[in-house]
Amino acid sequence: MRNGPLAVVFHAVFVVFLLAPMVLVCLVAFTPEGFLSIPTTRFSLRWFERVAQYPDFIAAFRTSLFVATAASLIAVLFAVPAALAIARYRFTGREALNAFFMAPLMIPHLVLGIAFLRFYSLLGISGTMAGLIIGHVVVVFPFAMRMVLAAATGMDKRIEDAATALGADRITTYRRIVIPLIIPGMASGFALAFIQSFDEVTMTVFIASATTTTLPVRMFTYIQDSIDPLICAVSALLILFTVLAMLVIDRFYGLQRLFIGEDKS
Amino acid sequence: MNAQEHQGWLLVAPATLLFVGIVATPLAMTLLLSFNGWSSTQGIVPTLTVQNYAEILSDSFFAEIFLRTLRIALWVTLICVLIGAPEAYILRRMREPWRSSFILVVIGPLLVSVVARTLGWALLLGGNGLIPLALHRLGLTSSPVSLMFTETGVVIALVHVLVPFMVLSVWASLARMDPATERAAQSLGASQITIFLRIVLPQAMPGILSGGIIVFSLAASAFATPAIIGGRRLKVASTLAYDEFLNTLNWPLGAAIAVLLLVGIVAIVVGWNRFIERRYSQVFAS
Repeated sequence: MRNGPLAVVFHAVFVVFLLAPMVLVCLVAFTPEGFLSIPTTRFSLRWFERVAQYPDFIAAFRTSLFVATAASLIAVLFAVPAALAIARYRFTGREALNAFFMAPLMIPHLVLGIAFLRFYSLLGISGTMAGLIIGHVVVVFPFAMRMVLAAATGMDKRIEDAATALGADRITTYRRIVIPLIIPGMASGFALAFIQSFDEVTMTVFIASATTTTLPVRMFTYIQDSIDPLICAVSALLILFTVLAMLVIDRFYGLQRLFIGEDKS
Repeated sequence: MNAQEHQGWLLVAPATLLFVGIVATPLAMTLLLSFNGWSSTQGIVPTLTVQNYAEILSDSFFAEIFLRTLRIALWVTLICVLIGAPEAYILRRMREPWRSSFILVVIGPLLVSVVARTLGWALLLGGNGLIPLALHRLGLTSSPVSLMFTETGVVIALVHVLVPFMVLSVWASLARMDPATERAAQSLGASQITIFLRIVLPQAMPGILSGGIIVFSLAASAFATPAIIGGRRLKVASTLAYDEFLNTLNWPLGAAIAVLLLVGIVAIVVGWNRFIERRYSQVFAS
């Protein structure tokens, strides 16, 4: 079946709608003027130079990278044994636990942010890096879990049986057979978790302090004060960074597989 | 306890302990916090009272904000269905390599920071933005009217943020559809509209309904987009809770707002699920 002319027009309008805000932000970032304007004749890099001189954004970007890496790694490490158990063992409470692990997807990040703010202030660890990372582990855990679980469920149990039959002990079986088989799931779980953590703003607004501000939160607080070409330049850099990451993931893994769970067909 | 049980529990133990410690406990504490008292001199008063809930439920100021949140979420969901579902259908009928590239275009924005995307809408919707100027040029408004700090503006920006979820959800149900059913209908003389209404739409329905749930719950609890586009002038439940926590410092009241928002969303989503199950059980029964 082919799309008619009406469908093509609809599709074009839809794509323009999706891309327009991001394209506009990138255009304004190149303005030579001191105010918000779309450059028409002259393009300037002056606002990108200003970003490089603005230590806040650089520091926030570093924090974001660090938090996203740490939280995704921890989430994957916890997800691996849990996913193996749920995929391969039959035990009481298995279904309920699986639902429990997916719960952070259902809880609004606003509620999580408030809950962590209260929890940390009672524990006396408000505004710490550790608190921030723990919060991010919770948010990204379901994503890590889903990918590792998919890999563990799809594993052929006979390979493991064969290893055991050939005399491999349990540790060898895990090290040489089970873990290598779920490594692709761990990698995609890490990638998805990293993206979620890097973009998280709603929960982080509540638990980040001045010294542990992440990039999206710093951008958010900046926008609340003023909207100028500088913040457009920061956003343009972030969009560029995201597009590059997207192309890398698509090249090596396939974005469709990551998001819809199917191969390009 | 047999070996299966034992090993299974041993493996899930770390993640379970982690979740009980850092998800269930903080949530329970927040629920407790919402029943605490508060005064501007003493801060949080550790009593057990329903005064925060009484205050929210009796004051029309809060009622207006919750109603606005519901209205925005419903509009966003409706518009996402109306534009997201057709787009998923169009994508499905595309040929390669177009299909793969446009799916990237639809998924791509999901990866871009919500703050950066909302900034784009702030530029488009502001007084000197392209949309007010375009509306003025078309003669729809007598002068360029800024859409910042309006419900319309918040709805437009939230549709942009959330519509990819709808497209992906409908796409997933259409992917299970057998293209032969469409060709069969066509060869039997059905018009394009009949094919869409009688063949495609019923098969896309599970995707539309589950996508609707995702979009609705995310729109009702969205924070960054309404905070930037709505500002302080147009509050929704989430930005109200934020203000209570970080500006007024009335944490118990803020916690009560968050609990009510969560309960409201859960109630609507569960009711919606029940409705779907009943409808579909009738379909399967007949």
